[in-house]
Amino acid sequence: MIAIVDYGAGNLHSISGAVKTLTDDVIITSEKDVLLSASGIILPGVGAFGDAIEKLRDTGLSEVIIERVQSGIPLLGVCLGMQLLFEKSFEYGCHEGLGLLKGEIAPMADDLTQKVKVPHMGWNALEIQKECPLTKYIQNGDYVYYVHSFYAKGLDSLNAGSEYGNLFVPGMVSRDNVFGCQFHPEKSGGVGLNILRAFLEVTEHA
Amino acid sequence: MLAKRIIPCLDVRSGRVVKGVNFEGLRDIDDPVTLAEYYNAAGADELVFYDITASAEHRGLFTDVMKRVAEKVFIPLTVGGGISSLNDFDRVLKNGADKVSVNSSAIKNPSLIREAARHYGDQCVVLSMDVKRVNGVFKVFGRGGRDQTDINAVEWAQKGQELGAGEIVLNSMDADGVRGGFDIEMLNAICEKVTIPVVASGGAGNIEHFIDLFRLAPGADAGLAASIFHSKEVSICDLKEQLHAAGVPVRRIQK
Repeated sequence: MIAIVDYGAGNLHSISGAVKTLTDDVIITSEKDVLLSASGIILPGVGAFGDAIEKLRDTGLSEVIIERVQSGIPLLGVCLGMQLLFEKSFEYGCHEGLGLLKGEIAPMADDLTQKVKVPHMGWNALEIQKECPLTKYIQNGDYVYYVHSFYAKGLDSLNAGSEYGNLFVPGMVSRDNVFGCQFHPEKSGGVGLNILRAFLEVTEHA
Repeated sequence: MLAKRIIPCLDVRSGRVVKGVNFEGLRDIDDPVTLAEYYNAAGADELVFYDITASAEHRGLFTDVMKRVAEKVFIPLTVGGGISSLNDFDRVLKNGADKVSVNSSAIKNPSLIREAARHYGDQCVVLSMDVKRVNGVFKVFGRGGRDQTDINAVEWAQKGQELGAGEIVLNSMDADGVRGGFDIEMLNAICEKVTIPVVASGGAGNIEHFIDLFRLAPGADAGLAASIFHSKEVSICDLKEQLHAAGVPVRRIQK
């Protein structure tokens, strides 16, 4: 069973609808017990890093997620959910993340030297730099849908990303059973569904 | 680099899609969920739904339509029409919308843009503008193009950006329904003065018009149209291929 973590981060219809096109065995949950019996966990998220990590900590869900990852269950973080996987974020202050991946989250605006718009919003081409299980059904140059103003830096888990102004924005990251997408696979049409399909396959073999 | 977007617009009344020509003479087209799935498969980059329902009772029906579309169609969805409060933002965002557009209500109460941007983020607040030349000046119209205001369209676009709008949909009432091409002059006048994305609306009649749009108004990020897509006169797949051939960066459809 795939568990989509509900920690009050807004609309989950799209992500659950997208997963439901691939399997009926999916549930939106804020229950620790459900996470403990899940074969794969999706951590979604929109909004601010500080609020999100606080909610995950206060509800005790962060501990359960980390425990499940350590026992080998595949985890996919999406958008802010991906950013939460890293060590820390400088979005309005400094916040400690889940620390499952090396690196930090920083404002794109501070590093952009070319005149491009922030947020980075829209369809951008994905350049695959290192194959991973989630790139199985996608091709170099496929378009995915991004909406974000902060991005991951100093990471060692890069699989694919997109050029934006002078920056190369990490789009897909992974280390062992931990996966992240900065873009929204549930808003990226057929390409996004193919990424989710690959994630489901990983959960079946974990 | 971001792709230029192609956006079909669906006007929804009482749970059905309709298309008005020059804002009058509404005509039934199709079921919103069916149309949304069709456009998703055809390669639309985003869908815009305008709720032109008058009664509160049917507004619930629209929300239900959005929810069903969001569960079936996996591209960004924008909702407009009848949005006048943070509660309205909340209602449609919780039911699957990614962006919300405001028009008449923002003219009446500009601070709605700021409050919504603070609550939900700039990226989901879209300022939709109906604009027409009056004595050679671009003027903003309210209430679906019925009410002329004294507001200068270029200044309104700048103010919208300052208040926190993340995108502008510029509908040229002079070009709308005429199918003579997008209003390049009006688009350039707005694009020169704002840094947020501008979606061109009104006037699309054929594929050439979209190629002209992105060549002649390079600041425009997207082209929006309704009737030419609904009538299947222009296929989004063909449109994307021809834009690509013309050197415009677009998301091409997976074969």
